[in-house]
Amino acid sequence: MSGSASDGAPRLEAFVAHVADRIDGGARFCGLLAVPASEGTRLVAILAWGTALRAESVSLPEAGLTFPSLTSRIPGANWYEREIHDLYGLEPAGHPQLDPLVLPLARGADRPCPGSGAPGRPVELDCRPPPSRLSGQGVFTIPYGPVRSGVFESVEYQVETPGEDIPSVRTRVFYKHRGIEARFEGMDVADGALLAERVEGVASVAHAVAYCGAIEQIAGVEVPEGAGLVRVVHAELERVANHLDSTIRHAEAAGQAVAFARLTLHKERLLRLRGALCGSRFGRGVVIPGGVASGMAMATRELFAALDELQRDIRSDLRMLMATPSFVDRLRGTGVIPPALAAQYGAVGPLGRGSGQTDDARLARPYAGYLQLGNQLVDVRSEGDALARQRVRIDEIEGAFHLVRQAADQLDDRREAHGPWSIPVGGFTSGEGLGWAEAPQGEVFYFVSMRGGRLVRVKPRSASFHNLGLFRAAFPRDILTDFAFIEASFGLSVAGVAG
Amino acid sequence: MPWIPRGLREGIVTTRYPRRPDGYGPRFNAAVVVRPGPHDAATLAAAAAACPTGAIAVAGVPASGPAEGVGRDASAGGVALDRGRCVLCGRCTDLAPGVFGFDPSFEIAGITRDTLVVPRRPETDRAIAATRTELGRRTRALRRSVHIRHVDAGSDGADEWEIAALTNPVYDVQRLGIFFTASPRHADLLLATGTGTAAMLGPLRETYEVMPEPKIVIAAGVDAVSGGLVGRGYATSGGIGDAVPVDVWVPGAPASPFGLLSAILLALDLLPAAHGAGVAPPPSTPGRAAPAPAPEGDPIPGVGA
Repeated sequence: MSGSASDGAPRLEAFVAHVADRIDGGARFCGLLAVPASEGTRLVAILAWGTALRAESVSLPEAGLTFPSLTSRIPGANWYEREIHDLYGLEPAGHPQLDPLVLPLARGADRPCPGSGAPGRPVELDCRPPPSRLSGQGVFTIPYGPVRSGVFESVEYQVETPGEDIPSVRTRVFYKHRGIEARFEGMDVADGALLAERVEGVASVAHAVAYCGAIEQIAGVEVPEGAGLVRVVHAELERVANHLDSTIRHAEAAGQAVAFARLTLHKERLLRLRGALCGSRFGRGVVIPGGVASGMAMATRELFAALDELQRDIRSDLRMLMATPSFVDRLRGTGVIPPALAAQYGAVGPLGRGSGQTDDARLARPYAGYLQLGNQLVDVRSEGDALARQRVRIDEIEGAFHLVRQAADQLDDRREAHGPWSIPVGGFTSGEGLGWAEAPQGEVFYFVSMRGGRLVRVKPRSASFHNLGLFRAAFPRDILTDFAFIEASFGLSVAGVAG
Repeated sequence: MPWIPRGLREGIVTTRYPRRPDGYGPRFNAAVVVRPGPHDAATLAAAAAACPTGAIAVAGVPASGPAEGVGRDASAGGVALDRGRCVLCGRCTDLAPGVFGFDPSFEIAGITRDTLVVPRRPETDRAIAATRTELGRRTRALRRSVHIRHVDAGSDGADEWEIAALTNPVYDVQRLGIFFTASPRHADLLLATGTGTAAMLGPLRETYEVMPEPKIVIAAGVDAVSGGLVGRGYATSGGIGDAVPVDVWVPGAPASPFGLLSAILLALDLLPAAHGAGVAPPPSTPGRAAPAPAPEGDPIPGVGA
């Protein structure tokens, strides 16, 4: 759906209605982004629909700086509109609370407008918190962050509390805003893959897969089967590492010292295994546009032996942990996201699956590698609490080990005749593409627009960004001491949110 | 209760580093080395052009943009590589395996920014000797107990995993009197990651300012050293060096736990003189990845071997 820029406001209203109708008709809202065009700006809504992600777009009138807000009909659009406002200065008319999200610019400062080709001059910021909207006797604000106790990524939570309950949490993510979307501009496709790995460093493989998916769509290239399988191996090991990390943070918050020590040991072993497979403890440099850089630097038998031992130990410790009442009691009923709310926001990943949402890109929109594997459905849970998310993660760890073995097995079968590891994507392609992957945190997608082999506009959308919008909804029934559990159970990376 | 015997199950998995060398190094790519020349000029130029962060400088080729500053070090063998910019992507080791190779040594931190450029020039070595003595004198009081405050100034998130790993049973830095602390007022060492984002420079500086003397700053990972692949932009300042006075620079993308540990020990002058100054051992086998088999005494069960 698109149209000429002449018919203004009614056309924009029609766009909002069209997108909302699609969602009422069963599509899931995945994101909203702005793409600078030769005249004006294009607004692109990404919807999951059938077996693909699809883009619905509308051009804003050339001088138009406002568009009708989607948030009243599509609650999940809230953060996207705030982000668009920060980066482009476009105003979503009717937005309920247009506070800065990723870039709190000082009054009158230029907007960076990624994708417009304008050189990015250093920005001037105004990081003062917006005034509190909460009032009542004895209510005060605890500013938690950006430098926090422990080794964490920088983010600030403004917890407004009368003492113990948490009626409101404001999440200030902009501290880590790196302007990564603008950094993609002008890169060639190969450099873009390296940068995609750094958008959300703990999910490097998933981001590279999603980015390369978009490039491969533009170039019309099919990834060789062997390369798809190698991608699965690395992506699934990444999933195990992230799910372990989230569990480790739960164990730490619950004071489970032995479980914490053992799980951190398993995580170290896993990162070493990943390092032995490709030279990088984070699986970097494996996924390249058109395939993978090389096969696995480890014999299949050796890999299987390592997997068996690791899986046995992880399984045994997790089983014990889930039978430890002082651990489970902290998670049960904590940070509840009711299924209806999760559905309304289109929550993804373990957060969504702990709240009754079945969507998993590996199954619903299978991409290279997963097409030739018999994937297993993880049991979705409907309790919506931190315990449900933990259970989903434990099931996914099992599933991930299974997928790694399947993929490695198939790779072994075709060892003699695997063909090339990558297909050249061509140097001077132009066009637009969408790529996606199921990161450990949930669905990640990349919108890529390129001209003559150079990236023009790249929009990475991490699951962390999409899900963190729901963070404040998880607190009404909880108290301050639950905070660490709720945060860990979301399992998000701030780097992927701040952009 | 049942957790107690479980805690003893693996026996001792803790590394004996720094008292004994650790065998883990060869199992992943910690740094790139430059082999002694002479080298073919066309090969060098191709490798330099392929480097995504401009970390490679070739003598006679005017260095511009990001490669600026590395150029003056290109004299030895006609080529130099700045590990402070290298993101370990492996393009140069693929294109010119005769010149560049991955190196298992993780003692790659340097006490001046220049020392991250390899091959090292003799005059750099002489110049750092004095700096090193001065740093050692300053940190003398901290050697038996040092408290670390970590600040993320715009990392990609992976750096935090590697720092957190220092407290796992394998590295167990508490055994060396190294601890993490929540309050900067209790901290001796500022361990900073990330490219230095506009909104984090202030909090980073404030954290540094309230730390008591003597204090040390470590820039952890290429993002903190030079901005890495993200570099300078409208919201980033290309590393944290402009905001706080850095004492030790740690390459790596992200810096590995051993790289971080050796950097902390270097800051405290607890590494033997030959270590930690960026001196690389003889180059390993050419080419990409292909990690060597686990050496004897690898204490971690379940990884290969």
